[in-house]
Amino acid sequence: MTERPRDVPIERLLRELTPQVLGTVVRRFRDFAAAEDAVQEASIAAALQWPRDGVPDNPRAWLTQVAFRRMADHIRNESARRLRESELAHEAALTTESTGIETTPQEDDTLILLFMCCHPALTPASAIALTLRAIGGLTTAEIAHAFLVPETTMAQRISRAKQSIKSSGIRFQLPTTAERTQRLRAVLHVLYLIFNEGYTSSVGRNLRRDDLSHEAMRLAGIVHNLEPGDTEVAGLLALMLLTDARRLARTNAEGELISLAEQDRALWDRQQIADGIALLSATLPRGLVGPYQLQAAIAAVHDEAARAEDTDWPQILALYDLLRRMSDNPMVMLNHAIAVAMVQGPTKGLELLDALNSDAHLVDHHRLDAVRAHLLELAGDHKDAVRHYRAAAAKTGSLPERNYLLTQAARLSSKLQLGNEQE
Amino acid sequence: MKYILMMNANKANWDAYAKWSKKDLEANVAFMRAFSKELKQEGVFVATEGLGWPEQAKIVRAGKDGEPVTDGVFPESKEFLAGYWIIDVESPEQAYGIAARASAAPGPGGMRGSMPIEVRQVMSSFSDLGL
Repeated sequence: MTERPRDVPIERLLRELTPQVLGTVVRRFRDFAAAEDAVQEASIAAALQWPRDGVPDNPRAWLTQVAFRRMADHIRNESARRLRESELAHEAALTTESTGIETTPQEDDTLILLFMCCHPALTPASAIALTLRAIGGLTTAEIAHAFLVPETTMAQRISRAKQSIKSSGIRFQLPTTAERTQRLRAVLHVLYLIFNEGYTSSVGRNLRRDDLSHEAMRLAGIVHNLEPGDTEVAGLLALMLLTDARRLARTNAEGELISLAEQDRALWDRQQIADGIALLSATLPRGLVGPYQLQAAIAAVHDEAARAEDTDWPQILALYDLLRRMSDNPMVMLNHAIAVAMVQGPTKGLELLDALNSDAHLVDHHRLDAVRAHLLELAGDHKDAVRHYRAAAAKTGSLPERNYLLTQAARLSSKLQLGNEQE
Repeated sequence: MKYILMMNANKANWDAYAKWSKKDLEANVAFMRAFSKELKQEGVFVATEGLGWPEQAKIVRAGKDGEPVTDGVFPESKEFLAGYWIIDVESPEQAYGIAARASAAPGPGGMRGSMPIEVRQVMSSFSDLGL
């Protein structure tokens, strides 16, 4: 498949309009799966025609009309295949010929679509792919490229996700008030995963992966505009801004990882940090403190330190103490142990890690070994630190992490040998 | 996460395979074709290849001046990669399930097979060290 022409303003406009147009088409035809295909086709048609013929006066109406026409074709084909012509197809055909199409998007459409795409009935991978296409307006080829799989595989994943939505009878409507909080958490989780996929990929100079984090931030911004009163939505957006601000510093030119303590803080994006902190500060006086807000607050404390040694670890520890009470995520426990080590000394941190040895999620996890190695090094036990850095390297599924951990082991190991020679 | 599923076989396995009946070979080939198609439909397929016969295999080393020095004499017990699939799945368990399906490819007499499939994670560029 050919890539969309790289006409940035048009591309941006299309991405913004995608969920709005999709909402209108789903409202009209009540068939999410077919409507999603129709809107994608309309968007591809626009990406080909607009750079050549100019952007129409009302781009949303243009897209809606093309998508309506595609839907009419689809229904005609379907009904020809099944019975004969249905009344709906007849009606649809008439609608597309008239000019007075209702194209004003309903305010809640984008939110309803997000709730559908991030429905708990879908696996995370399916929800991610569907959200990026239906809400993000990315093409299947672009999503496949970002996840390094063939386009046909991604197309199949999206089509299966839509099939799951169809078969589980999920309606195009807002969830009930009782369900809303939980369903919104599911949406935030999917956006968080998309962000992470882009951010934690060490091929930092690879534009396509970067796009995923920026797309996640853009989508979180949309949700924040729709739900300005929700402190966790704001918390997630702040967390993304405050984390992404360090992007340029976290890898070197070769894509090798650089630890937080070693990063060149001059490379951190000060404007983005200020934006994140402002957003977070605005939420704090309001309502509940949730896990995303707390993680954002921790990121902010790191970001505010001019040098690694200026980090306010007691404050970070206090925040992890709060976070630990709301989340049984083993990664939170590990980070808490690091904070304890920084405030009360490495021995206290190592004691906490011993308690985590029995955690089924962590026992084979490279990060338990990596954190233990780090704390052993701080405690001056370089021999055991080397052993755990190597154990972590053997367990990780990430090539840049393996290189990083082996380098740490080699660095300490050569120090040990030098020490022995001097004795 | 991506995994590679590898079919390994020694010389005796390859020789035995060469002596299968036409019907058995056809059933095996049909299975492999259908299996790849299923992986595509399930949205997990990344790549698959079959490899040449071990008779053509050579071990190459750099000689003194960097020129290739080849060796083609191997012990009978040496295992050769016969073919592989790369899949993109959500958990190791899902990869093991797919490997078990490959392992069950029909053998001689149409019997369900149980060939060993080596499952290895393909290293990603993703990092969760929290840096």
